Amino acid sequence: MHFLRQVVDWLTSGAHWTGSGGIPTLFYKQLVLSAAVVAAGTLIGGGIGLVLGHTGRGSLLAVNAANAFRAVPTLALLTLLAIYPPISLKWNGFLCSFLALTVLAIPPILTNTYVGIREVDADVTDAARAMGLTGRQVMGRVELPLAIPFIMAGIRTASIEVVATSTLAAEVFYSDLGTPIIAGLNSNDSVEAFCGALLVAVMAGLVAISLGGVIKLVTPPGTRARGRSGSLLTSAPVVEVGV
Amino acid sequence: MLGSAIQWSYITQNWAQIQADLVQHIELTLIAVGLGALISIPLAVLAWRFPVTRGPVVSLSTTLYVIPSLALFALVGSVTGYEASYLTGEIALVGYTMLILVWNTLSGLAAVPVDAREAAQALGYTNGATLIRVELPLSLPYIFAGLRVATSTVVGLVTVTALIGLGGLGQLIIYGFNANGFYTPIIVGLVLSVALAAVLDLVWVGIERIALPWSRSRRIRVQV
Repeated sequence: MHFLRQVVDWLTSGAHWTGSGGIPTLFYKQLVLSAAVVAAGTLIGGGIGLVLGHTGRGSLLAVNAANAFRAVPTLALLTLLAIYPPISLKWNGFLCSFLALTVLAIPPILTNTYVGIREVDADVTDAARAMGLTGRQVMGRVELPLAIPFIMAGIRTASIEVVATSTLAAEVFYSDLGTPIIAGLNSNDSVEAFCGALLVAVMAGLVAISLGGVIKLVTPPGTRARGRSGSLLTSAPVVEVGV
Repeated sequence: MLGSAIQWSYITQNWAQIQADLVQHIELTLIAVGLGALISIPLAVLAWRFPVTRGPVVSLSTTLYVIPSLALFALVGSVTGYEASYLTGEIALVGYTMLILVWNTLSGLAAVPVDAREAAQALGYTNGATLIRVELPLSLPYIFAGLRVATSTVVGLVTVTALIGLGGLGQLIIYGFNANGFYTPIIVGLVLSVALAAVLDLVWVGIERIALPWSRSRRIRVQV
């Protein structure tokens, strides 16, 4: 009980809620970093996935990208960029964190976009072509909307991973909710580490839940039931594993 | 750009340390995936057989997956202590494998053709026998796919345990960063992590081909 009391004291202490190291600022900075990374990942991963899916080329790359990149330790990319002089700790560590996390965000979005586009029924795209739509129109007006459930699932996975991993940015001096965790771990202050961890867990939960809402909003009504065989697992992103 | 930054002499002089870190990385990975499979596959079977338990099982594994790894290490460590303990690292790492393995096992069971199940029952198989002799074997391609994804994920995550004093190859990464811009150990950690994941993936493919010769050249789509 002593430990819990200390946790409550830490969380309710006014000093932890104000100033540049206060919880609201850390929370906000982590959100900004994560949002920028997911936006960049969506532009790059979604763009490549859309083109590869439309042309049907590069399937091996698209399918295996997500799994191969899983093993790349973000900590290694982060620290490498942080000590690489042209990037180093520019913008208080934002730039290297942004770049390293974007590498993490691209693969799930790319793979899911590719799979979503490939899953579009060939009859539908044939019908669109027969009606006189050009290749680009087919891509933008038919394939893209129909692939949205898959793309959103990829964006959700990427967002959860990015929010979780952005705590590591604190190791390269970008202050976010990882800061109290790493400070606590380094000074053996389990109360501070625990409070930081608790706040990040709350944030990750909020992001996961609010993305669920966003997904409902942007999913075209006709496509909601698509691609979910068995409906056992709702809106889970897809990973294809070539055997 | 970084190729010229590698100091080969560091690698040869510290080979013993690099080897020890690699061995710890492999240990942490295999224990996490092994325990994860021992916990997750029975849980998924339970959730499959008794739909009432499906909600709690899936929620538990999803929650563990959503909590950031660094936070989970800190949360577990505040109970088990922050010394370089395998217990702290493994509890969190096993948590991450659970979502992948539970979802894949459930997808595999859901994908078993109804005909196969009905044929087994027509032959007089009990529910338990149907599960063990028909449903689980037919789910194995999905379970293997899950084990492959879980293994790659854990190889990447183990490096983060360096922040709680374990880390395997993550130790090299943190050392290089703290040594004020020493690229070589970080690159060694990065390259060996990716290589380890690739080798372990090939091992899984090999085991799968031997264990399930019928699944060769099929492409399984799993939900993770």
